[in-house]
Amino acid sequence: MSLSTLTKPWEAMSYGFLDGSAKRELRRKMLKSVAVPGCQMPYASREVPMARGWGTGGLQVSLTLVNPQTRVKVIDQGADDSVNAASIRRFIARVAGTPTTMDTLEADLIQSRHRIPEEVLREDQVLVLQVPNPEPLRPVQPNMSIARQMHADADYGRMWLQLYEQIVRSGRVMQGASYPSLVHGRHVMTPSPIPRWDVPKLHMAEHLTILSAGREKRIFAVPPYTRVEPLVFSDVPYKVEEHGHLTCTRSGTKGFFMNEVPQDDGSSAFEVSDSEWGVKTIRARDGIGESRGETWYKDGEMPQ
Amino acid sequence: MTLTLNAPRIVETRPLLEVHGVSKSYGSVQAVRNVSAHAYPGEVLGIVGESGSGKSTLLRMMNLEEIPEAGSYTLDLPDVSGNLFELDRFARRMLCATKIGIVYQNPHLGLLMKHSSSGNVAERLLVAGERSFATLRQAATEALDASEFPLDRLDAPPIELSGGMQQRVQLAKAIALEPALLLLDEPTTGLDVSVQALVLDTLKRLQQDRQITMVIVSHDLGVIRTLADRVMVMRRGAVVETGLADQIFQDPQHPYTQQLVHAKL
Repeated sequence: MSLSTLTKPWEAMSYGFLDGSAKRELRRKMLKSVAVPGCQMPYASREVPMARGWGTGGLQVSLTLVNPQTRVKVIDQGADDSVNAASIRRFIARVAGTPTTMDTLEADLIQSRHRIPEEVLREDQVLVLQVPNPEPLRPVQPNMSIARQMHADADYGRMWLQLYEQIVRSGRVMQGASYPSLVHGRHVMTPSPIPRWDVPKLHMAEHLTILSAGREKRIFAVPPYTRVEPLVFSDVPYKVEEHGHLTCTRSGTKGFFMNEVPQDDGSSAFEVSDSEWGVKTIRARDGIGESRGETWYKDGEMPQ
Repeated sequence: MTLTLNAPRIVETRPLLEVHGVSKSYGSVQAVRNVSAHAYPGEVLGIVGESGSGKSTLLRMMNLEEIPEAGSYTLDLPDVSGNLFELDRFARRMLCATKIGIVYQNPHLGLLMKHSSSGNVAERLLVAGERSFATLRQAATEALDASEFPLDRLDAPPIELSGGMQQRVQLAKAIALEPALLLLDEPTTGLDVSVQALVLDTLKRLQQDRQITMVIVSHDLGVIRTLADRVMVMRRGAVVETGLADQIFQDPQHPYTQQLVHAKL
């Protein structure tokens, strides 16, 4: 028996771009992060043909999870058609031969930057979020060694100091995205820069969420049916963005997270941030079939 | 007729703070060697000595920031027991947050310079687990008021404040949770004489109002004389003399103490 009989023949590229050992590393760390919800696991982040900060962490997780049957959807700030989303989607399809989709209901794997789709995700779906800065304590504790100790001790008092400062300075909590949240009553995580609107969607969600920061080499997860509670003062309730009453100028859908489009006359128009939800609404209006799934928010309110 | 005399209070009460035989060295430098100290409830213990005499190290050990090689440390408080040097990190943090307040010479050590002053005080309560904004706000205002901080600057960050004001913020933070023990590390050094007098005034009033046990470290005999009931003189990591404040200042026994007192006068 020689070495050449034991090894695979040379290939120009391995399936899903990453080599076997890289995928094994990621799988192990994903399992670990699911086992300890919200706890940041360091992992050996690999090079992918994309600059750090453009979703390399999320891409590595997606490339590890896909098989030729996985339907992949990629979102960038709610849109499926932005350059970044389109490029990542095309890349995954090219190296893994996966079918792609824009429909949230059809997708098995959703890689997203900054948004969670408006339609409710199911148990058989996985959401991968790209994270630029995984450390919620960084604004209050620049020393990462001490920050890790604080995580170990669940010493999160200073996170409320940040909120206190915002209320004192501005009269309300100003934290717009990456709202620090307590996962499973133990670890505080930053849920990637999703708006406040999206944080309640993670609470007791049916789907698995994996958050991965490629540059910072940290991975953490919110397993299905796990509590995710945004940090609040007992007498200052958590508030999502006041978008419940806004109507999308393009599709006419109402009660979802909107993008503000400044107009020439100084006023603002709004269009729904989840572009696929907008497309579906227009199709339904024009009578071109296509089913719309159940949404997390109903009439602009998150049912408790 | 028989006359029964009650034993003096000092005989009956047990010391609140007891440090026994602590030693600490940094590499080849022995900073503190075999030092013992105690302070009774409501008493102010002053520690004097020149720079490098180990007095600040001793104070840092009392705040459990440093753990000595040898020695024990006990606080006579309900739900506190045993040698505090043996506590784990978690228990140590809770104890420091709720029972001990400290004011450093350098406000940068004790304060978050870019956060608001009231936020700095509120942090103390947040660490102890308070989660109501209204309560935090009120407690911070009360503590700052008690340390005679002008309330119109409540939300100014310490970096914009004068040295005396920064010390008052530190003091407010230290007393916010009504600690049993207040540690003061050169609280007035670096302030000009008039501001120094004002801060000392505040400290004295606080001590009278709340009967907090204090340990004050200073190289300035004037400060010690104003505040302390009992004085401990340290030199080269060891205690050379202890006694009541008047005793030490009027009738110093050890040659080094004599030098100190005469140099002052």
